[in-house]
Amino acid sequence: MIETGAQAPGFTLRDQDGEEVSLSDYRGRRVLLVFYPMDFSPVCSDQLSIYQEVKPELAEKGVELLGISVDHAYAHKAFQEKLGIDTTLLADFEPKGEVARAYGSYLDLGFANRTLVLVDEDGKVAWTYESPTPGEFPGANVIFDALG
Amino acid sequence: MSELTSAPIPPIGPEDHVRGEGDSVVVYADLACPHCAGAWAKLSRGRRIAFRHFPVATKHPRSPALHAAAEAAGAQGAFFAMVDSLYADRAHVDDPHLWERVRSLGLDLERFERDRRSQQAAARVRRDFESGIRGGVAGTPAAFDACTLTPVREREF
Repeated sequence: MIETGAQAPGFTLRDQDGEEVSLSDYRGRRVLLVFYPMDFSPVCSDQLSIYQEVKPELAEKGVELLGISVDHAYAHKAFQEKLGIDTTLLADFEPKGEVARAYGSYLDLGFANRTLVLVDEDGKVAWTYESPTPGEFPGANVIFDALG
Repeated sequence: MSELTSAPIPPIGPEDHVRGEGDSVVVYADLACPHCAGAWAKLSRGRRIAFRHFPVATKHPRSPALHAAAEAAGAQGAFFAMVDSLYADRAHVDDPHLWERVRSLGLDLERFERDRRSQQAAARVRRDFESGIRGGVAGTPAAFDACTLTPVREREF
């Protein structure tokens, strides 16, 4: 897992609409990277749905969410629509899991572990959380604890 | 805007919706959640249960309306009757279906309509939701032992 204080590895990935999104687009703002195993799995659905419910409170603290998994943009689009969420979902699709690997989140199982990485206004890693297993995810309270 | 940092779930208090006798549990549940509906009978059996609202609107778009309806029924003393009704039949949850449920429970429909759209009902639901978020609720149903305020595993429902 990437260490707190390190420079967050830059990336450019396609979102659910096929648009390119770069970490550098968020310079000057705080962004929470939500690495998750895969679209449509039951646990991922719960995680992103509950985070969506507290997006206004996160926005008030100046934090935006970016979901990242190894799924393709087309799958992200369908997943976003199924959940009824508007959180941006990024496709770490090709080379598969390259961004997850750069953050130390990739599992040999072929997908990312459930990991949260808070990147601060200067592009540095301010906080990380790694689930003990991909089947568990941190409640939203854990994020608010980190934000203070 | 409320603080959503970690905090133990509040103990059962006078404002909670409580029913039954036996070991006390606090349950955070979503009234449109099929998993909650499946667990409801088992959770209720032989327990004193405090129901707390945890509507996940993105997952179940009708949830906020159903939780407000339960609150409005509660204002006429029929909170658990409405909860039981909603869990027993999840296929009929549009407004006309709610009105039919209200009639069959013998409630005042006009008052129900007023109460379910009130700020008070929305605030009551949101208060439970926020206490669940602070307590780490990450899916529904989530049960807690009312004495220790620690989670009860699903296999122990």
